[in-house]
Amino acid sequence: MLRFALTRFVSLTLSLLIASLVIFAVIEVIPGDPARYMLGINASEDAVAALREQLGLNDSLALRYLDWLGGMLTGDFGLSYTYKVPVSELVMQRLWVSLPLALYALALSTLIAIPVGLIAAARRGSAADYSIMGATQLGIAVPNFWFAMLLVLIFAVTLRWFSAGGFPGWDAGFWLGVKSLTLPAFALALPQASILARVMRSALIETLGEDYIRTARAKGLSRRQATVRHALRNAMIPVLTIIGLQFSFLLAGAIIIENVFYLPGLGRLIFQGITQRDLIVVESLVMLLVFAVILVTFLVDVAYAAVDPRLRRGR
Amino acid sequence: MKLPVQLLIGAVLSVFFVAAALLSFIWVPHDVATLTISDKLQGPSPTYWLGTDHLGRDTLSMLMVGARTSIAVAIVAVGIGMAVGVPLGLMAAANRGSLIDEIIMRGNDLIFAFPSLVIAILITAVFGPSAVNAILAIGIFNIPVFARVTRGGALSIWTLDYILAARVAGKGRVRISVEHILPNILNLLIVQGTIQFSLGILAEAALSYVGLGAQPPTPSWGRMLAEAQTMIFTDARLAILPGLAIVAMVLGLNLMGDGLRDLTDPRVRRARA
Amino acid sequence: MIGLESLSLSIHGTPILRDIDLSIAPGKVTGLVGESGSGKSMTALAIMGLLPNGSDVSGAVRLGDENLLNVSERRLCDIRGNRIGMIFQEPMTALNPVKTIGDQVAETLLIHGRAERREARRIAGEKLARVGLGHMPLTRFPHELSGGQRQRVAIAMAIALHPELLIADEPTTALDVTTQAQILDLLNEIVDEEGMSLLLITHDLAVVAGMADHVAVMKEGEIVEQDATEPLFRNMNHPYTKALFAASSHQPDRKPLPVTDAILTADAVVRDYPTARPSLFAPPGRFRAVNEVSFTLGKGESLGLVGESGCGKSTLTRAILGLDPIQGGRITAFEREVGPDFPNALRAGIQVVFQDPYGSFNPRWTVERLVSEPFHLMPSPPKDRRARVAEALTDVGIDPSAMDRYIHEFSGGQRQRIAIARALITKPDLIVLDEAVSALDVSVRAQVLDLIARLQAEHGLSYIFISHDLSVVRSITDRVMVMRAGEIVEEGVTETVFTDPQHDYTRTLIAATPRIPDDWQEDGQHA
Repeated sequence: MLRFALTRFVSLTLSLLIASLVIFAVIEVIPGDPARYMLGINASEDAVAALREQLGLNDSLALRYLDWLGGMLTGDFGLSYTYKVPVSELVMQRLWVSLPLALYALALSTLIAIPVGLIAAARRGSAADYSIMGATQLGIAVPNFWFAMLLVLIFAVTLRWFSAGGFPGWDAGFWLGVKSLTLPAFALALPQASILARVMRSALIETLGEDYIRTARAKGLSRRQATVRHALRNAMIPVLTIIGLQFSFLLAGAIIIENVFYLPGLGRLIFQGITQRDLIVVESLVMLLVFAVILVTFLVDVAYAAVDPRLRRGR
Repeated sequence: MKLPVQLLIGAVLSVFFVAAALLSFIWVPHDVATLTISDKLQGPSPTYWLGTDHLGRDTLSMLMVGARTSIAVAIVAVGIGMAVGVPLGLMAAANRGSLIDEIIMRGNDLIFAFPSLVIAILITAVFGPSAVNAILAIGIFNIPVFARVTRGGALSIWTLDYILAARVAGKGRVRISVEHILPNILNLLIVQGTIQFSLGILAEAALSYVGLGAQPPTPSWGRMLAEAQTMIFTDARLAILPGLAIVAMVLGLNLMGDGLRDLTDPRVRRARA
Repeated sequence: MIGLESLSLSIHGTPILRDIDLSIAPGKVTGLVGESGSGKSMTALAIMGLLPNGSDVSGAVRLGDENLLNVSERRLCDIRGNRIGMIFQEPMTALNPVKTIGDQVAETLLIHGRAERREARRIAGEKLARVGLGHMPLTRFPHELSGGQRQRVAIAMAIALHPELLIADEPTTALDVTTQAQILDLLNEIVDEEGMSLLLITHDLAVVAGMADHVAVMKEGEIVEQDATEPLFRNMNHPYTKALFAASSHQPDRKPLPVTDAILTADAVVRDYPTARPSLFAPPGRFRAVNEVSFTLGKGESLGLVGESGCGKSTLTRAILGLDPIQGGRITAFEREVGPDFPNALRAGIQVVFQDPYGSFNPRWTVERLVSEPFHLMPSPPKDRRARVAEALTDVGIDPSAMDRYIHEFSGGQRQRIAIARALITKPDLIVLDEAVSALDVSVRAQVLDLIARLQAEHGLSYIFISHDLSVVRSITDRVMVMRAGEIVEEGVTETVFTDPQHDYTRTLIAATPRIPDDWQEDGQHA
């Protein structure tokens, strides 16, 4: 088990290194002179030279890359060109909106999907199964940001239960914060829950057809006992994969949904970074997102091994 | 019973939108490039069947041309994914366990770490926003999807005896991949293609919505939603219609994909027999 | 004590079983034999109440004073595992991969409320010891066990509560012959000592002959004949029983060809596989699948290769076909070294037939294209392609009009004939038959063996006949090699090896092979 985790950790580190190289290459090498790019065509030579100096662009590429990498490891992401403050400061503020939103949505999605998928699989072919499958089919087809608008229309504009957007900050009180993230989290979670419920259902149905379920039934387990004691854990293996994949969709989704609800999260920061050509902000945020995705993949791999003893002896 | 109905509904919905998109090349009710500000924010009427937007453009025409954008982006993105991913997957499977396999699969993992939104952000940050960026971002994201599906399907076929028979008949890996493997995983690829097509429509809408996709004045469903958002308190119709179009199109494609899978999956077929 | 009374079954309207009457006597072994699709497994599932959805069943399954077809599902759960236990054919998939074997055996006790967790685990340990796994920690997972060991775990689970009846559905079909003998011994022992009845379902007449007290023969959903074992074999009143028996001990009519010069020689062949790295930074390990194997095959000779799974037979086959590189020694055919660089023109002289009649053909190709695939070995495909395919098909007894059809339209036996046609198309000197008849039912197998014998005589072919089935090898080869753990342990003229085996392992194999006692066959059934 330890060896398995260690092997996966090595590949996690490698992935991160390569990803950072790719991002560095796209942001700092392809545009030619990032300083000129950031300042625009009309900038004076002096301004460009000053920015080059400030960004350390006069050093060699290798040195700049190592500098950037070393900076990130120590929490120094550089100085935002537009805000004139350290990027790490900006990110930390915004992260406290985006990360809770993504996790909230992930929790909702999982909590909704697993029981729903279980019911559909256990009552396969029943009216309940058909309605669940129909509803999830629809859920998958709904773009989350549009669903968010509908929620605003219904719960904020018509019913006035929630505010149409904005975030009071965690200082204003925990529950107030949770409340303002609830509509966005639901908007994010329901389409993902639809996918997850379908995966859960088909994984469970497939597992229920396995030989060892028949063995269990021959031992005297009822259909329900066989499902709970034998099928569920085996069916969790594909479900875990999807939960892992969903986190990256949810993080990306959170960035988009923030636009609908005017939430001061990473999404707003990153889109402002793009329009204002603040490459430093964009570069750091992209690296952060990729880091999150790779980290979750690693955690899912380790979770696999916890579920499936066949994986524990390395690969 | 359930199977042909599902496929039929899916096919009808998909064909409907593709036909509307094609029709928009030769005819739309009103030209979407001309702004008739005097007619802005009108409700449905005999002149404007689905009303007009804040610039007086006909919503139905916008939806038709928007379908064109969505479908074009999604199709080209699936094309990129297949054109690159399928050969890579075949190559990885044919050289299972070798260095090539390892490199291809690790490369796949790496691309998977970049959600298409992140790829779009990267590209846009450097080259500026455009519909081509959306295509590239979604297309690149499709590559590892197709590579994985291809490799997985191909690996299970490589273990079969008819592959050994082909090797005994002196055939090499490339020829076997083309003659034996590809035809037998085609159904998998068609099903995955349908799924990626529908995901592409959703992704294109999201990218256009946040301004990383199609740029004005090109109409697109995602941008229509972005523009409608500011007017959601005054005219909800503008926010609802493009969304319904997306849902119907994606639903159609998904139903078609599921139907095709049921039709080609021997396990499902056997269960029905 | 358990009685089936005019049990009939249809699934989605298709009749599966018709009027099955069978009584399973306490403390005895009842054998149920038949070919695939005869309904023997469905009979077992009907007793267990585990029939698939869409089943329509009538008649009665009597256990004590109950008819199991009429009792509630809840009551059936009480009976399953408690009064009736069951084990299945495929030990590799019959156990839950994510639970330890101890937990899985203990579950039988827990589910029926017979013991608390701790006590259940203790009894599970005892039961595992009872089936010969006393040395096995309870915390092992199924994937850490061999097939035979897993089948023992399945037996421990099934007998944990002393059921009155144990149903074993093809319990040894997936196992090697020596493992089969051990599992059958174990079942016999349990029946004797615990006084339970055993319903043994199998396709193998020899297995029931050695095990059962009472035998029922099934065909197409009906029991055609049943009796105490010995009288049944002696009399064989029903023609189907006779036919089944004749087919299972079928001897194709063949005479050894005059063997001329060698066409294939293997000299100290070694084949290694890399295995997983023992630790993260160590070099990969090596597994020697074939170890210094040498033999010579003459033109017109039929050479057998027997051994159990994992002994290296298939690896050797692939090396002979030049599909994999070898790490030591030499294989020579037609005076050229065989390997990945073996010239195509010579490859045409060595063809192959595989075991699986379903996986051997690309389902999207027509028979014509399938059979003519080896023409790829020729510098240019012959002009009379269709005529050549027609000729090969005729040769194997398939109507040439089949050429434009797809493979799914053919039965297993027909597919093996088409596979032979594909091997014949290049007019080879040597055909490697890799378990070529192992997947076939006995009656079809007999016909295909006849075909193989006839083709050899007509075309002067050499065969390498690879099989785990000793009786088949005995009937079709001139010389035989016995392989074990990558080495040839014994080699010689087939009849000599079978009647006077020299190596201990050969003796073990022969002793483990179930057979019908010779003196039961006095009524002239012996071929």
